[in-house]
Amino acid sequence: MNKRLITLLLVILPGMAFAAGGGYPLDHMTPNLDDKASLQRGAQTYMNYCLGCHSLQYQRYKRTAEDLEIPESLMLEHMVFDPDTKIGDLIENNMSKENAKFWFGAAPPDLTLHSNLKGGPDWLYTYLRTFYEDDSRPLGVNNLVFENVGMPHVLAGLQGRQVRPECMQVPRLASNGGIVRDPITIEIVTEEKCGADVLEAGHYPLVKIEGTGSMTTDEYDTLVYDLANFMYYVGEPARIDRTRIGVYVLLFLAFFYVFALLLGREYEKEFHK
Amino acid sequence: MASIEQSLKEIMNWVDDRLPVTETYEKHMSKYWAPKNFNLWYIFGVLAFVVLVNQLLTGIWLTMSYVPTGEGAFASVEYIMRDVEYGWMLRYMHSTGASAFFVVVYLHMFRGLLYGSYQKPRELIWVFGMLIYLALMAEGFFGYLLPWGNMSYWGAQVIVSLAGAIPVVGDDLMVWVRGDFNMSGVTLNRFFALHVVLVPIVLLVLVVLHILALHEVGSNNPDGVDIKKHLDEDGRPLDGIQFHPYYTIGHDLPAIILFLFIFCAVMFFYPDGGGYFIEHPNYEPADPLKTPELIAPVWYYTPFYSMLRAATFPLFGMTAKFWGLVVMAGAIAILFVVPWLDRSPVKSMRYKGWGSKISLTLFIIAFFILGYLGTVHPTPGRTLLAQICTAIYFGFFLFMPWYTSVEKTKPVPDRVTMK
Repeated sequence: MNKRLITLLLVILPGMAFAAGGGYPLDHMTPNLDDKASLQRGAQTYMNYCLGCHSLQYQRYKRTAEDLEIPESLMLEHMVFDPDTKIGDLIENNMSKENAKFWFGAAPPDLTLHSNLKGGPDWLYTYLRTFYEDDSRPLGVNNLVFENVGMPHVLAGLQGRQVRPECMQVPRLASNGGIVRDPITIEIVTEEKCGADVLEAGHYPLVKIEGTGSMTTDEYDTLVYDLANFMYYVGEPARIDRTRIGVYVLLFLAFFYVFALLLGREYEKEFHK
Repeated sequence: MASIEQSLKEIMNWVDDRLPVTETYEKHMSKYWAPKNFNLWYIFGVLAFVVLVNQLLTGIWLTMSYVPTGEGAFASVEYIMRDVEYGWMLRYMHSTGASAFFVVVYLHMFRGLLYGSYQKPRELIWVFGMLIYLALMAEGFFGYLLPWGNMSYWGAQVIVSLAGAIPVVGDDLMVWVRGDFNMSGVTLNRFFALHVVLVPIVLLVLVVLHILALHEVGSNNPDGVDIKKHLDEDGRPLDGIQFHPYYTIGHDLPAIILFLFIFCAVMFFYPDGGGYFIEHPNYEPADPLKTPELIAPVWYYTPFYSMLRAATFPLFGMTAKFWGLVVMAGAIAILFVVPWLDRSPVKSMRYKGWGSKISLTLFIIAFFILGYLGTVHPTPGRTLLAQICTAIYFGFFLFMPWYTSVEKTKPVPDRVTMK
């Protein structure tokens, strides 16, 4: 009986965690659709670095310009590269699926709904920061989140090069999860971990080669945050309206409820006659 | 003024002589005597009606922009979400409505089990209700394919392939259902026809029959007392009250607003229900070459999906899959005969004995666990748990004639009790 109870608890408790899936633990980011500057920078990064391969075929330039508060003329001037494209067009690109498949092994997917598909922006936010050099891969890079990915590290020029050393010195962890310090010098005690053990022990296994990349780590993280924020927006542009209108609808219903209840009470009297 | 009233009355009389409008209105609304002691459990029938209307109206408007083809379906849904004015609201009302429909229908069915609403003379109401539930499951199943997302595709693929487990005719049956050798645009088109034309008509007819049968014998109540036994000198039940306006405005209106508040809170702030109402893999188009990591049906089918998967061994030369199909079909079929399984002299759980109370509690717990298990990957431990819960599910029904007839019941009061 006890065993069954334990089985039952074991089955029910981890239930909500299933969405996380296996693999590298994702870094959390909190998207902010009110930060128009962030969304604009994200859109800029997308148009410059991503659109060549990944279309946003369900989203229109015009809608994006309106929601991100970018004047249409500026949008056309700086974010639309094809002179034949009109402001009301969908955000598509000119890469043919056949060529793309030949070049990369798989055609780069459309990313309009990527954030929804991954259950939020965390995946992209982590993915774009965890590329590392790997000579065994055709394009020379691999990724912690998406193992053996077919995509090159397009943002390497900004982020710089990251490598994954076979062995590295990592802080030793005490049994309670805290970092162990030397009792006299108060310096962090390190130990050597190799291969998969680094990740398993909860340590970031990548090291940036100093002097590469045009951005600092903080600057690059902000760039990726803005991009992931923009992708979150593109996944459901109606989200801005939805949450705004939702508040009014709920307020109205709450207000209406009070009066319906008072009216109902008048009729209720008849029940007790 | 008097002359206007007079002429309105004349017009009404003219109509009534030719069509029983006033008579019907009185029979079903203003002179339909409902027991005075309804509690919260009695609201879900009305709420189901509210959701039905919501689904019909939003469905009509969605159809105006939806493209029912393999090439255009997915993009047209995004077109609705982005380019159609308030299209996102229509779509979320419809998708949240689908889940809300099952929430209220499950609670409505639970009410029936709780107060013995299926007992004589209300067997037909229960049977019509079960047919509505069946039609609703079909409606939800056909509708879920329409966005043509990858989970739509693979979910339908799994369920349609169940037909393949039927011996001899299975493979041909599968092709017949799909209209193709694989799930394809042809399947999408016929599911669209069934979802927007055939099943809604069936649903509406069944709802009318459900209500007609109810109004013929009158509503049950939490005490399971027949209010028609005590009438006043005008022949009105002493424990009854006119459905309209006392229930419609006195009880239903505030409850509907409360329900809408919860509904809108979900619809505006958590429209994908954390991946349970709109599953994440459905944000990429159907792809026959890319199976989602975990194929799970939408939450309202998961108890039955669990029972399907709980059958893990072949028997009598038939595959485990075939027995899974039998178990799943049996789980739904057995609900139809509940009125004839319950042998209790009393209707309401208030006066039934411990046997009924414990059985119903275990049944509900098992149903919830099965529902959860249907959303996750099966493991040996989980499969065992699903088998235990399946046994409890069937045990509740199969032992019902026994435990309802041997248990000691409490005396039922003569008149309804107001709590």
